[in-house]
Amino acid sequence: MKKLVSAGVAALLCCTAGVAQAEVKIGMITTLSGGGSTLGIDVRDGFELALKQAGASDVKLLVEDDARKPEVAKKLADKFIQKDKVDILTGIIWSNLAMAVVPAVTHKGTLYISPNAGPSALAGKACHENYFNVAWQNDSLHEAMGSHATRAGYKKTFILAPNYPAGTDALKGFKRMYKGELAGELFTRLGQDDYAAEIAQIRASEADSVFFFLPGGMGIAFMKQYAQSGVDMPVMGPAFSFSQDILPAIGDAAIGVANSSQWGKDIESGVNAKFVEGFKEAYGRLPSLYASQGYDAANLILSAMEKADVGNEDDFRAALKEADFASVRGDFRFGNNNHPIQDIYVREVVKEGGQITNKIVGVAIKGHQDVYASRCRMK
Amino acid sequence: MTAALIFEQILNGLQFGLTLFLMAAGLTLVFGVMGLINLAHGSLYMVGAFCCAWITQQTGSFWLGLGGGVLGAAAAGALIEMLVIRRLYDRDHLDQVLATFALILIFSEGTRMVFGSMPLYLNIPAALGGTIALPGVEAYPVYRLFIILAALAVAVLLYLLISKTRLGMQIRAGESDREMIAALGVDIKMLYTIVFALGGAIAGLSGALVGSLRSVQVGMGEPVLILAFVVIVIGGIGSVKGALIGSVLIGLVDTLGRIFLPIALKFFMENASANSIGSALSSMLIYLMMAGILAVKPKGLFNATN
Repeated sequence: MKKLVSAGVAALLCCTAGVAQAEVKIGMITTLSGGGSTLGIDVRDGFELALKQAGASDVKLLVEDDARKPEVAKKLADKFIQKDKVDILTGIIWSNLAMAVVPAVTHKGTLYISPNAGPSALAGKACHENYFNVAWQNDSLHEAMGSHATRAGYKKTFILAPNYPAGTDALKGFKRMYKGELAGELFTRLGQDDYAAEIAQIRASEADSVFFFLPGGMGIAFMKQYAQSGVDMPVMGPAFSFSQDILPAIGDAAIGVANSSQWGKDIESGVNAKFVEGFKEAYGRLPSLYASQGYDAANLILSAMEKADVGNEDDFRAALKEADFASVRGDFRFGNNNHPIQDIYVREVVKEGGQITNKIVGVAIKGHQDVYASRCRMK
Repeated sequence: MTAALIFEQILNGLQFGLTLFLMAAGLTLVFGVMGLINLAHGSLYMVGAFCCAWITQQTGSFWLGLGGGVLGAAAAGALIEMLVIRRLYDRDHLDQVLATFALILIFSEGTRMVFGSMPLYLNIPAALGGTIALPGVEAYPVYRLFIILAALAVAVLLYLLISKTRLGMQIRAGESDREMIAALGVDIKMLYTIVFALGGAIAGLSGALVGSLRSVQVGMGEPVLILAFVVIVIGGIGSVKGALIGSVLIGLVDTLGRIFLPIALKFFMENASANSIGSALSSMLIYLMMAGILAVKPKGLFNATN
């Protein structure tokens, strides 16, 4: 795939030779094999689509698979910087991989554009001028769901997440914005796929709603077992458990679930329509929010390239910070910590023409900024 | 905390244990009869689930899919026995681990090439959806009850096969002395292929049954495989009875621990730390139990080879 892309870009180059512009080299480290590879594949495909649609002949994209392993990601980053001499790194999906790579490379002067992971450390005290997050800070979607639960009038919500840093952050984020009482709080095991015992607890707790953060296969298993258990209180969660890459595997059991996302395929704008149609045509499937983040990351870089030369670091950083591109999600700007200030929507899972997908039903938080921004010393 | 809830959790633990038994039974047979460590057993579980999901999608019938899953996994088992495993019986365990680990990688990437990396859709049949009232439990999912019954049926059939049939006699004889029964004219190669296919079929059944409850995706077999190894070590390697007792024990300890440990800890500490410490402790519980049992009975509860 990597060869194919570089070959394609090279082919484009030969035909547009003569336009004198410095080539920008981008190294993408993302998860393309093993568990969770659907996320990395969607980020990559969204990113490549944006480059293709823009006809960007002056960008060279190198893609490598980190197999969801921090040590592999670290090695790839070294290779990209030392051997390939890339100008920009991007692509990491998981927060633990981001923590292994991002601080080291940004301190050494390489730009990093995050299309997914947004660990709190990098948004707060350890924020850096070379680090830009074009997706969200990790807590954001959970906070949005907490705010939605409050507004929906839920009084006793049962919350659960796996017992690992992103899971505890998720519940913290939800509780930050949720004003009701908790019917119960459970930490499940990472990778657990049988939830009979937890569902029995939920049934016995007399809760009026359930909030869960169980990414990937864990969420598929939970939703199927929940639907089948006869418990019928409303369920909500962040988009990660109801993204387009896993919805087909959950099936009808997901219909009606509320979930939060900064993007939806039905946001009405020219650029979103161009993205969704282009993605369907190029890859034969509906895009997920991860694909939208990859697409936005590429367009952010392209917008900065129009304004400044990548060799001139200060100008290029300033151009990135302006975020002068049309995001598929609508309004988008960077806060002082280079993380987005954006609207977060509530979506509902629906069946559209035989396909299970999401529909935006409202706004959870307008102009949301993460709470860690105040701890970042950047302006 | 009512008695009904405790009873329901015991039932959940039993069901979780019995799904483990389906994996452990094949593993312990292969280990006991052939002395082979088969890490690729989890891949056969995955093959069963994928065959079942694919056939169910094509035909619309879960039952055809279930049959296909069992046959597919049995065929895959027989195939790898003839192509790869057969060359490993005389090698030491390290070679077996290496070769069967390679099989895991081949199966995973092969499945990804054929089906892609998105999880597949497989849901339980409509006839087994919904819940049923049991004494003490107001609503128990019918499908979970079905899994309990199916696993018990497999346990009974295996018992009958091993203790009452000619094939079972040969399997038992193969466990105690493989040269002797070869000398008596039993086609040992054929016997091994059959046992391997049988183990594969049970793993495939488990993958198809459990996959429709959980998620069907590449790499789904490995977490179950680890637990299945714990089961056969506790139960005694080679003993199907040990696998049954061991898996029920693990299912109960794991399920009850994960629910009641955080609750018990709340008597000593504040809620937040009780939750996270309880959850962390409960994931160690089965390994602590394994260590405890092995300290008293180093060869497991029911050792088949002494």
